Amino acid sequence: MYAYDEIDRTLVNERVSEFRDQVKRRLSGELTEDEFKILRLQNGVYLQLHAYMFRVAIPYGTLASNQLRALAHVARKYDRGYGHFTTRQNIQFNWIKLAELPDALEDLAKVGIHAMQTSGNNMRNVTSDQWAGVAPGEIEDPRIWSELIRQHTTLHPEFSFLPRKFKIAITASDHDRAAIKIHDIGLKLIKNEKGETGFEVLVGGGLGRTPFIGKTIKHFVHGRDILSYIEAILRVYNQYGRRDNIYKARIKILVHELGIEKFSREVEEEWQHIRNSSLQIDDEVIEDIRSRFSYPAYEKLPHMPDELRQAAADADFEAWRKNSVAPHKVQGYSIVTISLKPIGAPPGDATADQMDALADLADKYSFGEIRVGHEQNLALPHVAKRDLPALWKALDKLGLATPNVNLITDIIACPGLDYCSLANARSIPIAQELTRRFANHELANLIGRLHINISGCINACGHHHVGHIGILGVEKNGEEVYQITIGGRADEGAALGNLIGPGVKFDEVADVIEDVVEAYLALRERPDELFIDTVKRLGVEPFKERVYATR
Amino acid sequence: MTSPLEQKKIKIAGPSVVTANRTWDGIVVYRTAAKSWSADLSEAAIVRNSDEAKALLAESVADDVGAIGPYIAPVQVGADGKIEPGNLREQIRRTGVTIGQSAQV
Repeated sequence: MYAYDEIDRTLVNERVSEFRDQVKRRLSGELTEDEFKILRLQNGVYLQLHAYMFRVAIPYGTLASNQLRALAHVARKYDRGYGHFTTRQNIQFNWIKLAELPDALEDLAKVGIHAMQTSGNNMRNVTSDQWAGVAPGEIEDPRIWSELIRQHTTLHPEFSFLPRKFKIAITASDHDRAAIKIHDIGLKLIKNEKGETGFEVLVGGGLGRTPFIGKTIKHFVHGRDILSYIEAILRVYNQYGRRDNIYKARIKILVHELGIEKFSREVEEEWQHIRNSSLQIDDEVIEDIRSRFSYPAYEKLPHMPDELRQAAADADFEAWRKNSVAPHKVQGYSIVTISLKPIGAPPGDATADQMDALADLADKYSFGEIRVGHEQNLALPHVAKRDLPALWKALDKLGLATPNVNLITDIIACPGLDYCSLANARSIPIAQELTRRFANHELANLIGRLHINISGCINACGHHHVGHIGILGVEKNGEEVYQITIGGRADEGAALGNLIGPGVKFDEVADVIEDVVEAYLALRERPDELFIDTVKRLGVEPFKERVYATR
Repeated sequence: MTSPLEQKKIKIAGPSVVTANRTWDGIVVYRTAAKSWSADLSEAAIVRNSDEAKALLAESVADDVGAIGPYIAPVQVGADGKIEPGNLREQIRRTGVTIGQSAQV
């Protein structure tokens, strides 16, 4: 966990007071909506179909148990008893009242949570690997660098009025769980030949209307130079990024139009002006941030405790363990992913009661720490293996032990037309129906790793472009129509999916996905050839043929 | 269901209302003939041509403290005068999400 200092606490509290005053002036009519809109957006407050939506940041996906309880409290007191975890390590509350928002923010500020820069054309929540600090083989904890960037970019005047929103993600593992290649800037922690810590820097990734996979702009930037290098990128973007057309305003368009070579030359030139300035980071700064992250006092525990050996006889426990439990860097411990994708439920939702109970379980079994992943699941990062059977039983009682992590029912979905004012079509009901179709765990296991991503409009909040199967809802002649892509992926091999054919109607989507899956099962060379690999080997044609031959 | 946020020109094809979200709490409201806002669609003022729609929208926009984001939305008016939303988006805004348990109050 990261401990805020007095500066952090003061900043968050002052922000609450400032917003309270802005809300008061808005409700009295002193501020018009036009004047107020940018202020509310800078505090994570959107207007959606039914009400205001309040988006709260969970920097680099790390939550303390008292923070999760505070989120539960907000869900219960100010909303309708649940929250929705997003694809960018935020949580959204869908029914918040503007008049009560300052109180909600004040309650969150008490535990160091805020909503700054969760909206607007500024630097958004810096995201990272939800297994940061505990993943075996990691270069080092990427959250230290995430925190450095968070501090530098929060309320930074130069980054507060960018041409468009700007997102950074950081990973320190070879397997990318932070989707860095679909971010404006993606950072991969690496070591150079001298053993020094630095970053491979990618730029220009993003989805939405015009999707691009990020390109490497520099193979190694030393850690001490990372702020100046990021700043150089942002200065070039600020100077050349388009402000005349919202659809062409993201940095990905600039990188595409200039070309990565020209863009990188511009950045290099800018960087030479500022790299030896005060932006160069002293080791003490990094060490100070590192010292504010506390790590558990792990016990020396056996690799295979008796409790785990005994529980292995329970088939249900084993199904969950094999699916949801991952190796930890410390012997005797595990990382437990908690699926927020129960069969038939909206992906990523958690009730206030579940959040409170999870906070208790985190205290009991995970040194009081919870993580949030971009796949809209949670994780307990430090669970002793001996405690796994007891934790599983407790999670099962809460409806949080669905053994479907990374399987076909572990669906990423945006809120869609049920909530979102931008959406053209519903996403969540599609996800719900698909989880029912593939509810049988043996079937899901037989299919293996398969990610379905659903977006209710071209803005792609459900990351449909990079789903192994992507589903995009559009509107055609007043009807919801869904376009299906296959072959996308969001990891270190990030790729955009390819359309398999004409769009299909709402009621046909689940049938089409069943056809695609049946085609895969028939076409795969061996049981362990993943869906994504079969698509890569064969292309879309055999799937297209299967889906459209009878339609 | 083109998003009304993209609504640039006022061109209506049938009976319509002006809808928005109430400023202090964000709930869905409709402009009434009495120049106020109501959460009840049956109390909405119905417009039937572009000029009426423009006038109702202008009046609604001016009431910035009462509600925000006003736009024109299609409705269907039954033979008995009952007003129903004219598309899925407006149906969802009126009756709530279509996703079951977690969305209930």
